[in-house]
Order: sequence, then C-alpha cells, then structure tokens
Amino acid sequence: MSDATLVVVAAAGLSAAAMGAVAPARVRVRAAALFTWAACGAAIVASLAVVSSGRPVALHTSRILPLTGVTFVLDPLGAVFVIATAAVAVAATIYWIGYASQGLSTRTAAAILPLFVTSMLLVPAAASVATFLWLWELMALTSMLLVLVDHRHSAHARSAAQWYGLMTHVGAAAILLALVMLATHAGGQSFAAIRAHAGHLSPLVRNIAFVLALVGFGSKAGMVPFHVWLPKAHPEAPSPASALMSGAMVNLGIYGIIRVADGLMGGGPSWWWLTVTALGIVSALFGALHAVTSTDLKRLLAYSTADNMGLVLIGVGASGLFAASHHLALASLAMVAALLLIVNHAAFKGSLFLAAGSVQVATGTRDLDRLGGLLRRMPVSGTIFLVGALAISGLPPLNGFVGEWLLFQSLLHGLPASNLAVDVAVPAAVSALALTGGLTAAAFVKAMGIGFLGRPRSPEAADATEVPPAMQLGAGLLAGACVVLGLAPMLVIPALTRATAVILPGVGRSLRGGVQLELTNAHGVVAPALLALSLALGVGVVVAGRRLLRRQIEVRRAEVWGCGRRLQTPRMQYTATSFAEPLQRVFDDVLRPDQDVEVSHRVESRYFVDSVAYRSTSEDALERSIYRPAVSGINWWGRQARLVQNGSVHRYLAFGLVTLVVILLVIT
Amino acid sequence: MSRFDAVIAAAGVGISQVVTVVLGGPLLMGTMRKVQSRLQGRIGPPIHQPLLEIRKLFTKERIRPEEATWIFPAGPVILVAGAIVIAVISPLATTAPALGRSADFFAVVFLLLLGTVGLGLAALDTGTAFGGMGASRSMTIGALAEPALLVAILALAIPVHTSNLPVLVRSGLLHPALLASPPRLLALGAFIVVVLAETGRLPVDNPSTHLELTMIHEAMVLEYAGPDLALVTLGESMRLVLLLGLLVNLFAPWGIATRPGATSLAVGLVVFGAKVTLAGGAVAVYEVFTAKLRLFRLPELLAGGFVLAVLATATALVIQ
Repeated sequence: MSDATLVVVAAAGLSAAAMGAVAPARVRVRAAALFTWAACGAAIVASLAVVSSGRPVALHTSRILPLTGVTFVLDPLGAVFVIATAAVAVAATIYWIGYASQGLSTRTAAAILPLFVTSMLLVPAAASVATFLWLWELMALTSMLLVLVDHRHSAHARSAAQWYGLMTHVGAAAILLALVMLATHAGGQSFAAIRAHAGHLSPLVRNIAFVLALVGFGSKAGMVPFHVWLPKAHPEAPSPASALMSGAMVNLGIYGIIRVADGLMGGGPSWWWLTVTALGIVSALFGALHAVTSTDLKRLLAYSTADNMGLVLIGVGASGLFAASHHLALASLAMVAALLLIVNHAAFKGSLFLAAGSVQVATGTRDLDRLGGLLRRMPVSGTIFLVGALAISGLPPLNGFVGEWLLFQSLLHGLPASNLAVDVAVPAAVSALALTGGLTAAAFVKAMGIGFLGRPRSPEAADATEVPPAMQLGAGLLAGACVVLGLAPMLVIPALTRATAVILPGVGRSLRGGVQLELTNAHGVVAPALLALSLALGVGVVVAGRRLLRRQIEVRRAEVWGCGRRLQTPRMQYTATSFAEPLQRVFDDVLRPDQDVEVSHRVESRYFVDSVAYRSTSEDALERSIYRPAVSGINWWGRQARLVQNGSVHRYLAFGLVTLVVILLVIT
Repeated sequence: MSRFDAVIAAAGVGISQVVTVVLGGPLLMGTMRKVQSRLQGRIGPPIHQPLLEIRKLFTKERIRPEEATWIFPAGPVILVAGAIVIAVISPLATTAPALGRSADFFAVVFLLLLGTVGLGLAALDTGTAFGGMGASRSMTIGALAEPALLVAILALAIPVHTSNLPVLVRSGLLHPALLASPPRLLALGAFIVVVLAETGRLPVDNPSTHLELTMIHEAMVLEYAGPDLALVTLGESMRLVLLLGLLVNLFAPWGIATRPGATSLAVGLVVFGAKVTLAGGAVAVYEVFTAKLRLFRLPELLAGGFVLAVLATATALVIQ
C-alpha cells in the first residue's frame, strides 16, 4: 500500500477547482466534475484498501515538500467517512452537470464546489491539529460560499449564510480550543502524540476538551440546540450543495466527536455519554417534530437531518455508555449501528435532496402547498423521492430499516444495566427512536403524498416536466444505494466493524452472516433480503389472486366522491399545512406555532364574510428563546460601544491620555 | 429429516398460517358483527358475509380516480403483501414458524407501518379532501402509537434478552410465572391500546361509520371500489387477526404447537382460531358499550398506553 493515492486525491481535487476556475464556460462544469470524480475515485480506492486490510495509510508532506507539516493518516474509521462522502459527491457532481443550466456554473461556483468536496474527503484523513483545523476551515468557508451562490436573487440566502457562518465559526472556535488544549498538554500537535499522552491528562482538562469538542462538532452535525443553521442554510444552498452538506458534511461533525472523544482521549466517564445520548434524544425528537410541520420541502429535509443525526448521537452515546461500564461487545454493536445509520443517511438524504432539487428546477418552488401531481409529470424523480422517503421512514426492505433495527438491538441488549442512569437513558432512547420513527413516516408521507401525488395545486406544478437525464442519474444512483444497502447490509458491515475496532481495539465482530444478519453476542437475527423476497412473493400472490378472480384488467377512470357535489378542484385537497395540523396541535407546547386567522367582511354587512385568510408558521421555538435574545444582547452591546466611539478625534486622544496615565500609575 | 423435507415442512407451516389468516380475517369480522348485532337485539348477517362481500367485490369493475397514479392500486397490494409476510413469520399456530429465526418483533412493527404508509400515500393520491384527511389522521395516530408499541416490546424483551417473536412466545410457555409478572401485565395494557389504535376499532375509530367527517380509516379508502376495495377490506381484517393473534400468543400462549408435525400444527391452528375469536368477541362486546373518542382526545389515550409501557419497562428492570 502506498500513500500516493492521498496525493492523487488532493491533486485531482485541486485540478478540479482549477478547471472550474479557468475552463471555458461550455465545458467548465464537466471538466470540474470529471476531476472531482477522479479525486473521489482515488479516495474510494485508498479507503477500500484501508478497510479491507485494516492497516492505516500515512502521508507526511514534509517528505515531498520540505518545511511543510501536513500530516495525513487514513485509518478504517476515517475511511468509512471518506467512502460515504465520496459516494455522495460522485452522485452530486453527476447531478451538477444537469443542474448547471440552473446556476452553480459561474467560475466561482465551479471552483468552490470541487474544493468543498476535496476538503471533505481529506478531513477524515487529517492526523495533526493544524492539518485538521485547516481543512475544517476550508470546508466551512467553501460551504458557506456555496450557500451564498444565489444571493443576488434571494435575501434569505444572505441571512442563511450569515447564520451558517456564525454558527460554524463559533463551532470552529470551540474545536480549536479543544484541540489546542490537548496539543499543548501532549507537547505535540500530531494526533498520535495526543493519543499517547491521553492517559496523563487531568480529568478537568479532559472534561473541558470534551465539552468544547461536543459543542463544536455538534454544531456541525446539527445537534439541537446548535441546529439553527440547518433549516436556513440547507434550503438556500443550490441542491447539489445541499445534498453534499446534508449527506456528507454533517457526518463529519459526528466523526469529530468520535475521533476526539474516543480516538484521541480514549473514551470517558459515563456522564459524557449520557450527555451525548440526551442531546441525541432531544435532536431526534425536535428535528422530527419540525420536519412534520414544515411546508418547505428542503426545510423539511433539513430538519429531518437534525433528527437522523440525533439517532446517530444516540448510538454514539450508547456505545460510550456501554464502554464506560465495560460492556465492550455491546459498545461495538452500538457504534456499528451508529456508523450504519450515517452511511444510510448519506444515501437516502442525498437522493432526497437531489430529488427535491429536481422539483425546484421543474416547478420553481419548494413550497409543498403549491405542488402536487408530480409523480405523473416527473416519473423518475418522483420514484427516486419515493424510494428515499420509504428508506428514511425505516420501512423494510430498504436501508433505513436495518440501521434502526441495529440501534434498537444494541439498546435492548444494554438492559438491564448495573447503572441507574443507563437504565433510565436506554428506555428514553427507545421511546425517542419509536416516536421519531412514527413522526418521520408521517413527515415523508406528507412530503411524498402532498408534493408528488394528488392533483397539482399551482400552474407551475401542472406544467412541470422531467429534469435532464444527468440529474435523474445522480439522484438515482443514491436511491439505488438505498435499495442495495437495504437488501445486503453485510456489504458494508465488515468495514464498519473495522472502523469500530479503531476506537474499541480487541473487540471481536458484533455481527455475522450473509443473507441473515445475526448478532454474535446476543440473540437477534434479521434477514432483510428474505423479508424483501417474501414481500415480493406476497405481492405476486396478491396480483395473481386478483387476476384469477377477475380476468378483466382494463381500468375505468371516474370522478372522485365530492359529497354529491360535482367538479372537485385541486384547491379542495388537503395541503401540507392541513396534513400536519393534528400533530401540530398535539405538540403545541413544543412547536409554539404562530397562527393567524384574518376574516374580512363585506362592506355592506358585517354578517357576510368576504374572505378568510389563515396563516400558520411554526418558527423554531429554540431559535426564538435562545438565539433571538442572544442576538439582541450582542446588538445592545454594540450600541453601547458606539456611545464611546462617536468619531470625535478629541475624544479618542483623551482616551489615549487617560489610558497612558492609568498605565503609568499602575506601573509605579 | 433432510434439508428438502425441512423446506417443505416450513412451507407447509407458512402456507397454512397464511390461509388461516386470509380466511380467518373476514370470518372474524363477521363474527364480531354477529356478536354486536345480537347484543343490539338484531339477528345480523351470517358470519361468512364478509367473505361473500370480498368475493363479490373481486368480480366487479376496477375504477380509479382520474388523476391517480400507480400508487393508488399499489397501496392495497402492499397492505395485503405485508400482512402475508407477517402471517408467514409470526408464531401464530406454532412456535416454529417459517423463517422464525428472523421473525423479529421490530421487523413486524415496521412491516405493519409499511402497510399504513402504503395506504396513506394511496389516499393522498386520490387528490380529494377526504383522502388527505384520512391519511393525516391515520399517520398521526400511527406516529403516536409507535412509542407505546416499541417500549412495550422492550418490556417484554428485557427478561428474555431478545425481541425474537417465537422466543418471546416460548418463554411464556416455559415460564408461566413470567406471564403473570407485572411487566407482562402492564405491557398487556399498552398492547391493547395499540391494537385498538392500529386496527381502527372503537374508541379510536368507528369502522362502521357513514359520516365522512368523523372517518379515519374509511375516509382513506373512500375512493376504492371493486377488487381494490376487496384487497383493502381483506388487508384490514388480516391485520386485525395478526395483531389479536400476537396479543393472545404473547399473553396466553397455551395450546400453540411446540412440536413439528401435521397433527400438532392442526391442533395449533384450531386453538389459535378459538383464541382469536374469543379476543375478537371481547373487542366486539367492548365496542357495543363504547363511544368514539374525539380525535384530539386520542393522544391522551395513546399517552396512557405509553405510560403503561414505560411502567412495564421500569418494573422489568427492577425485577431483574
């Protein structure tokens, strides 16, 4: 194994960016995409070699270029994230070729997107504090610029980029502090040095570093309460970028938590992991609730990302809890479940965001209340969205099911625990898993049913046509991955087990089997392929039975039932708002929706209603109660500072004099 | 026994369970209607009436709403296919069903959800107000019933360290004391609430309503006619048998076949039919004396089920 592939990744990525910057407009996107595929291909080759051999690949640039200190070590844990990122990136860039006519084809955009992909491919391989932070910052900046691409047309994009920039930099500052603190105590900035010194750290330093890392990486992963940028930035970013952000970038937040807490500090006390589990539960529920009530298609997907990352955090937290109580086999199982959830999420959320982008291209809107009937008009994109929606709802035989089953199994076998806190946390996590499962199913029945089925609710939706083939192919590849991963999860589980062995060395594999997936240390079997086969057989039996009883196949189309009234109009259909109304009412206290009913009367008489306007927006309650006061506090502080800074030179000279006098007094 | 014989035996068990559920579902519906009619002082239609209705519906014309896509006819097919898979893998008549090793309770829950989602999408595909209303309400109830169901499963699974259904049923036979233990009894309460909600019985939904505005399930399937409606009716009745069957086998497993062989399987099937009929009769009697709850009172009922399930888990942890 050579380290050359990592050089190829970086070189191809940079050439892709260069191509985007200099190639003529006609071939710009294709050239950039081509080199991005090369980078992704090299990354996948390197990662597959790492996960199949279990031996990490290292690269120190000082050997190539003296006086540079960039250090890369790609181990199986990082390799899993690299593969997930590369898969989403290949699909998103194929999609990008078709999408280019819609924007994202300017010189800047075409240079930045490959840079963003390259930085995400290299972050999991970074093995020193400086390398990591540099790439992390590159990833944050490039993604922020991608959010800003449409800023000329949309004021929302500017505000979204501001929120995202602020959140990601507060997060980056926390990460910087955590890593620098660890590096200072270790006396070296390479991850190997930090890991070697981990045993000698004082508990205080470890705890502070953990909390800082959790805040920093959690804000990237969309963990509640640091999720506020997700529902703003993901919808505003152009769709290939939002698929990359949601399918690949948020994963790296989880990677950071695992790498720093488990990899660099070698695990920690149970309260760390209880915190992670609790935040995971809150994120899962909060994200799922907002996904149910959102009417903007991409905002719904963004909240559902917070929900899925919550489930991943539950898995990571459970793994840490079991490791802290020395149940290493269980810890490994929970970590495999968390990693599988990440891989699955990359597949279905990538395809969902790309399909949602196709809807936006075809209709010009993301508002579910203005869509409808798209499956007839866009059969391929509609089917891709359907596959993604069923997969994310955890329905067999697609990939979401296996991930949730594994998480449930790891939680179930953790009970009864010797620790009361675990005994409370695990059932709470199961309840959260169940409620999110139900809410996600409701949210995606809404997204699919209101957006793609029924009758078009606006002329734009009625005139929608299928998007270019490249866009269908890009989204379709990820939807295909959902099916393959659902039928044969054993394709990836050995790699995930290798990745888990990086942080839990010496623990045997927790799963075995081919067609049947079987826990090795406990009793639990599931056979997704057999379930799929029986489902297919069931469908065959039903269709054959129906044919047998009635030979006639032709179908008569008829008008629907309108309580005796003729002429149903599309306006009579349920909208996304009305679909979510019962759940919104049930979870009123959490969602705090803003509802407005305006009744205007006829001029002639107050008793005749002219029109009724109803508006309901469910703004993020956490944004309102935490972030708004913080923002207004900062503004107040700014205004106070302005009182001092009034622009008068005399006053500034006086300040200087007073400061000088005070300093002199202090010194004497 | 050779491998081939084993496959034949498993197929025999699977097919006999599926046939029982397919025929038993409509018969159970008929029985429940009969019980209710008698309690209301009417003679009521014969028990096999639903079977006749389904047969007649299958021979009728297929009609579809103008704008509907392939999702509309696919919904009922998925509903019935999911129910067939559950009927194959669940321990209904025997503790060794086909594919029993992978018959995880969690998988059964998500197969049920697959049917619910399929029907919900099909209802929205009609493009009518009632379809949307039914889908919205049914998904709401489904989402709120999910925590009670999964946590109740957790409570059952803790003492036996697995969520494998045949093992759960066998544990009740091997350790009868487990059946009367507080976790099982509390979980039973939670399961009853969930079964009533998932099958759309009173007080959650009124299966015999004719007023569109109060409908949940009936509103979803309002546009179905002919063979598609037959599949919906069949699928719903199969779900009722399956959920009641799992309920009785988890909490009163006596009589289920534990040994291989045609005779014990036949006995198991008869006993299963009797137990499910009894449970269905109890639901029917209860429905006669109950009114439907307001839609917005339902979360309280389902939260009650969830609380029972949490208590079941807590007691299971304390007892261990």
